Amino acid sequence: MSTPNSPTLDKHSSALDAAEAAASHLITVTLRVRRFNPEVSDQAEWVDYQLPIDPKERVLDALHKIKWEIDGTLTFRRSCAHGVCGSDAVRINGRNRLACKTLIKDINPEKPITVEPIKGLTVLKDLVVDMDPFFQAYRDVMPFLITKGNEPTRERLQSAEDRERFDDTTKCILCAACTSSCPVFWNDGQYFGPAAIVNAHRFIFDSRDEGGEQRLEILNDKDGVWRCRTTFNCTDACPRGIEVTKAIQEVKRALITRRF
Amino acid sequence: MSTDITDAVELTGSSVAPYSPENPAPVIEPPRARTKRTPRSSRTNFEMYGWLFMRLSGVVLVVLVIGHLLIQLVLDGGVQKVGFAFVAGRWASPFWQYWDLAMLWLAMLHGGNGLRTVINDYAEQANTRVWLKTLLFTAVAFTIVLGSLVIFTFDPNIR
Repeated sequence: MSTPNSPTLDKHSSALDAAEAAASHLITVTLRVRRFNPEVSDQAEWVDYQLPIDPKERVLDALHKIKWEIDGTLTFRRSCAHGVCGSDAVRINGRNRLACKTLIKDINPEKPITVEPIKGLTVLKDLVVDMDPFFQAYRDVMPFLITKGNEPTRERLQSAEDRERFDDTTKCILCAACTSSCPVFWNDGQYFGPAAIVNAHRFIFDSRDEGGEQRLEILNDKDGVWRCRTTFNCTDACPRGIEVTKAIQEVKRALITRRF
Repeated sequence: MSTDITDAVELTGSSVAPYSPENPAPVIEPPRARTKRTPRSSRTNFEMYGWLFMRLSGVVLVVLVIGHLLIQLVLDGGVQKVGFAFVAGRWASPFWQYWDLAMLWLAMLHGGNGLRTVINDYAEQANTRVWLKTLLFTAVAFTIVLGSLVIFTFDPNIR
């Protein structure tokens, strides 16, 4: 028997305790990922992965763990991994979220966590979808400053109140979580979708911009704002907390007040 | 290359198509995606007026329909009183004729436009859309014409 008060042993056991404590707060979660590889099969399938993970980590960390340690063929998009670039919008437990902003502990890790690609866009592989139709709708609303006349010799000034008018819609990161949560978009991708309307709103209500009329005319299209059914899926899905449905309603109101 | 694929089929002995990096399966596409060539509709306000009509006619229909239900089913002895004589009595007054006419037109157009948006939202193929909408418009037009005809040519002395 060694002496219980030996300093080396004490140190060793406390290090061991720390290691055990570190390991004990890891939990085992099941990630159920919707996988599709056109080079192997024409069908998508659910694949379960079990992994130990700290519940305070994010779904993106779990996806990384799978890709780096379990199955390197898992394909998904991510860039900044901190909720700014908008690359990793996926459907987690049936709701559109950013994988990098969703903590494991917040989505009931006792049940399998489902991860699917966002709906309404062509699935290319696993969680990667073709974003071209989404960005086409964005381009179609002309998301850039339109002015008439000569350029001023100094910057275009704007009051704080005028800036506040469209502040909410400047937060958009174009992750497509809203557009791909919209039931109208799921079935008819020719609808502009919430994200394009939000980005049109950002310029329509900007006091410096003079292309509002053109943009309103574009959104008056048969695939424009009138296809919105006010289901609020987009507002619920937005990882930036933009009141998307409210922005769409404001565009509708602007179209109506412009005519009457 | 092609012989390799046939070999693979024979080896596995299944009818599953042999997908490979050179011969990938078709990707899973959504119906009706937006492209650069997505047709721009003619610049009309039809959809806006349709949207406004739904809101306004909805408000008017609440009054018309609840009033209609009260008169037919609740007041003055309830549904038992409704018969040929009751209808003839009401339609003797132009007020009730126009009440029923407004209800018929607004309800048919409101419901028809609602179904039109449902078809637009849910029918995937262009052909399906055309046929469903043709059927819908025919049914709406037929009901409106027949109803209006009955209201104005109603003769209580029919034998």
